Amino acid sequence: MWRATVRNLLAHKLRLALSGLAIVLGVAFVSGTMIFTDTLGRTFDDLFASTAADVNVEPATAFDSGLTGTGEGVGTTSTVPATVVDTVQGVDGVASAAGFVRTEGVYVLDRNGDVLDTGGAPGIGISWEPDPALSSSTLVDGRPPRDATEVALDVDSVEKAGYSLGDTVPVLTTGPRVEAELVGTFSFGDSGGSAGASLAAFEKSAAQQLFGTPGQFNGIAVSTVEGVTQEAVRDRIAAAIGDGYTVRTASEQADALAGDFEEGLAFVETFLLAFAGIALFVGTFIILNTFSMLVAQRTRELALLRALGARRAQVKRSVLAEALVLGVVGSTLGLAAGFGVATGLRSLFGRFGLTLDGGLVFATDTVLWSYAVGVLVTLVAAYLPARRAARTPPVAAMRDDHVAVERSLRRRTVFGSVLTAAGVAALVGAFVVEDDGSAASLVGLGALALLLGTIALSPVIARPFLRGIGGVLPRLFGTPGHLARENAVRNPRRTAATASALMVGLALVSGFSIIGASTNASVDGALDQSLGADYVVSTAVQAPFSADIAEQIRGIDGVDAVTQQRFAQAELAGVQTSVSAVDAGTLDSALALDYTAGSTAGLRGDGLIVDEDTAAARGWSVGDRVEALLTNGRRVELTVGGIYTANAALGSAVISLDTFTAAGGEALDRFVYVHLAPHVDTAAVRSSLEATLDAYPVVTLKDQTQFADEQKGQVDQMLMIINALLGLSVIIAVLGIVNTLALSVIERTREIGLLRAIGMDRRQLRQMIRLESVAISVYGSVTELVLGTVFGTSLVQALADQGISRQVVPYGRMAVFLVIGAVIGVLAAVWPARRAAKLEVLDAIATA
Amino acid sequence: MTSVRDIPRPRVGDAPAAARSVHLSKVYGEGDTRVVALDAVDVEFPRGVFTAIMGPSGSGKSTLMHCMAGLDAVTDGQAYIGDTELSSLNDRQLTTLRRDEIGFVFQAYNLLPTLTALENITLPMDIAGRRPDQAWLTTVIDTVGLGQRLGHRPSELSGGQQQRVACARALASRPEIIFADEPTGNLDSRSGADVLSFLRRSVKEMGQTIVMVTHDPVAASYSDRVLFLADGRIVDSMTSPTRERVLERMKAFDGQPEA
Ligand SMILES: Nc1ncnc2c1ncn2[C@@H]1O[C@H](COP(=O)(O)OP(=O)(O)O)[C@@H](O)[C@H]1O
Ligand SMILES: [Mg+2]
Repeated sequence: MWRATVRNLLAHKLRLALSGLAIVLGVAFVSGTMIFTDTLGRTFDDLFASTAADVNVEPATAFDSGLTGTGEGVGTTSTVPATVVDTVQGVDGVASAAGFVRTEGVYVLDRNGDVLDTGGAPGIGISWEPDPALSSSTLVDGRPPRDATEVALDVDSVEKAGYSLGDTVPVLTTGPRVEAELVGTFSFGDSGGSAGASLAAFEKSAAQQLFGTPGQFNGIAVSTVEGVTQEAVRDRIAAAIGDGYTVRTASEQADALAGDFEEGLAFVETFLLAFAGIALFVGTFIILNTFSMLVAQRTRELALLRALGARRAQVKRSVLAEALVLGVVGSTLGLAAGFGVATGLRSLFGRFGLTLDGGLVFATDTVLWSYAVGVLVTLVAAYLPARRAARTPPVAAMRDDHVAVERSLRRRTVFGSVLTAAGVAALVGAFVVEDDGSAASLVGLGALALLLGTIALSPVIARPFLRGIGGVLPRLFGTPGHLARENAVRNPRRTAATASALMVGLALVSGFSIIGASTNASVDGALDQSLGADYVVSTAVQAPFSADIAEQIRGIDGVDAVTQQRFAQAELAGVQTSVSAVDAGTLDSALALDYTAGSTAGLRGDGLIVDEDTAAARGWSVGDRVEALLTNGRRVELTVGGIYTANAALGSAVISLDTFTAAGGEALDRFVYVHLAPHVDTAAVRSSLEATLDAYPVVTLKDQTQFADEQKGQVDQMLMIINALLGLSVIIAVLGIVNTLALSVIERTREIGLLRAIGMDRRQLRQMIRLESVAISVYGSVTELVLGTVFGTSLVQALADQGISRQVVPYGRMAVFLVIGAVIGVLAAVWPARRAAKLEVLDAIATA
Repeated sequence: MTSVRDIPRPRVGDAPAAARSVHLSKVYGEGDTRVVALDAVDVEFPRGVFTAIMGPSGSGKSTLMHCMAGLDAVTDGQAYIGDTELSSLNDRQLTTLRRDEIGFVFQAYNLLPTLTALENITLPMDIAGRRPDQAWLTTVIDTVGLGQRLGHRPSELSGGQQQRVACARALASRPEIIFADEPTGNLDSRSGADVLSFLRRSVKEMGQTIVMVTHDPVAASYSDRVLFLADGRIVDSMTSPTRERVLERMKAFDGQPEA
């Protein structure tokens, strides 16, 4: 039996190569994702590992916001006063202890005055630590900075910007913009890598002054004396300084930092693996189809084996053994191709801001998972055909005309209908359910059930669909059209499986395009309605920036009001919420809010205004008292002063800037809204605004349209990434059509010979195959459009409360998808049609 | 483009041949594997005549048919359908010639499984984009005698019925000549007789020219004339054959040692 298996594999090289390609691509995506995320992890692990001194002291946070390392910022951080450093210094077993300043949002500018490209990594400001035992930075060139007019930079940044010692370097701190002399360069950590981040080091008190608080530190680095364990010193320090601080050993610190980061990384990995999963799911159809067709073509041979005494199990095993070989070979190639995918992902993510240096990380896990997934998927896909092969009656070998009786589609119909009904029910349920979370998960479950149900029903729908729509084929293309339609409906399972492969990828693409279009329309709508300001100042990625900018804008002639917006994480009556902090006095000039109760006046002082949903969910009404806990441990009593209809810019809860500042909020803005005085020369004011902002290249000035475009640009960019990732499954689906057609051509060699003998020319033959392909792909596209529309609109409905308030179906784009489907059909048919046309009539007729 | 039908055909003699060959040779392979399948064959297939070709297995019957029908290229000599010399035609013209001037009946797998019997019958005309001559089609269909089963697919027809449909298809486009390669080879004698009578009638009543390869003396007895092939050469012929005479002649072959 084994020999027969090997012979078969060799005999069907081409067909197997095509279905093998599906595995190769799927596995390549899995391994590429793992290689990419491992590389990402390694880069950051290095960074964290080198950050840690023997023992680290940091202010404790009141609650875990889950946002550390995501660049989201928690709005409030507490600091360590200098006196605590002295206390720690006095602890037994401490060799030396030093407070350090370290913050994000400190940007180095290059010679042109542009922000040094960090590829999305943060710009970090640190205080220079002279004691090498406490510092993770090592001086490479020059000397340490001595005051606020001197700076040292990491070597990578210096190289990128082309600075040399003695040059004047502009630095945007979280406070003022400074120009400092470059006096030294240093490397960071053991590997010297900073994952693209720029590091600007200032003398300690200068750092406190520029981007910290005088007399305060962000943490204390401690070195221990020999003979005492880090754990012992950690416990002693903790006992000495009391509550309010987190004390960690070097390895605990690295783990804690990496742990937060790994959550983010795990999300990226899951996100990417989801697409790999889709690709493999699509690949399953192709493998299933290929094996079904190979088994069908080998009916006589299998029957002969059975007649000669092979048991069912042996026949089944022989088919599965083929799948096993295919799976192993496919996975091996996929693993290799994974490097290509990882490189591609690296440059894709590079374009959107995350640059990674150094080689790719190739872990054992990647190898194991690649083989596990590749082989398993192949075996699962080959199982049904294998079982069918085992059922071949020995008599089929004797009979010339043994045609596998077409199996009834009844079970499919029942199963598919039930799933589809369940899916529809879940989607309808999602409209009814109040809670956003369960609505979204209902949409998810409903979409999945609907997808599977449609796939199950697909062969049942295929026949009437192709008979109906296919009716135009004979009319437009004559006999080739007629034959193409008949060929497409003759094996509805095969046609459906081929079309389903295409459907899955495209349904998601069109679903997302609906979400994207709706989001963009909602952004437009929300801004039209609510943006009262003439200009908005912000960074491209909503990063925090110095409050100096707002201060300078206030001084410009013609500017009527400036509204600063900051974000914080807070627990409002025990529930973690993202909170905006804005100037109560000018909010109305920046954003037009629609109040259902109270007004902006209610925000003043200890006021809290919330959106309708939050008010309803928490049962708050104007006048209620709410306790807020900030990450720095400060508790504030707030009074609900207003309830507004949902507003994308503000989010669900707003406190006043005064409350925020009083509670120790960081003086860093995320948005600054500028309102001009009436009857001013807009152009003149705009140019003074631009002149002022020239010194701060991190932020840009946007009018209402530009602001809307920027937000929509982010949506489009996200869609682009998703489409690029879904593109892979579409490619696999195209391969599937090629494969099915190529196998059909082989299967129908005699028919093709007959057609050629009785006078069909090569052109007509090619057309026939092309039209069959187009019929299949258009069928896939139409089901895809229906499903995609259902998915997209349901999800938009479910997300209505998240700011996606408008429902837009981009009909133009949907029409394009249909055309793309047809084009895919034409392209997929090129090679099989050529093969068919090349067949010599006599050879074809002679094929038994 | 001009179809072969439009090319003016000068009349040669009183009974122009529907097809003929001049020193037709076909050689397969080279060196050790060289096989002379046809050795300078001169043959004529007169109009309105039912010719049977017989001979031992490997004698070149199928090769002769394929070369005459333009399915295979000849090595030497010429093959004519009417007055058209086949080697002068390119693939496109050959295809058109097959479609319009030649009918085929193979031993098996003659029909497209996806089309009904009637659709199979009109297929060559459909491919050409021509409307079938309705009166003629009715005559052919009446002769084939399928009645109610015309709307059925091949899988719902018996082997004999399928072969009759194939014959009807060959006849329907009124070709110059029909080539049939062992059309009854796969049938029981009863169904075979149906098919053969049908072919016979199409010659007698419709004036069709038919060339049929067979090794069944009974089948040969339906023809007007039998050509005997051996080692790629025509070695004998017989007019008004009967089963017994053909059988007698065949025995002579069996006695011969293989060449
Ligand atoms: N494609 C081919 N390649 C090589 N030899 C061939 C080929 N087709 C036929 N032959 C040889 O040509 C000879 C005649 O074959 P064929 O015409 O099929 O004989 P018949 O139909 O009388 O049985 C045989 O010896 C056969 O082996
Ligand atoms: Mg033969």
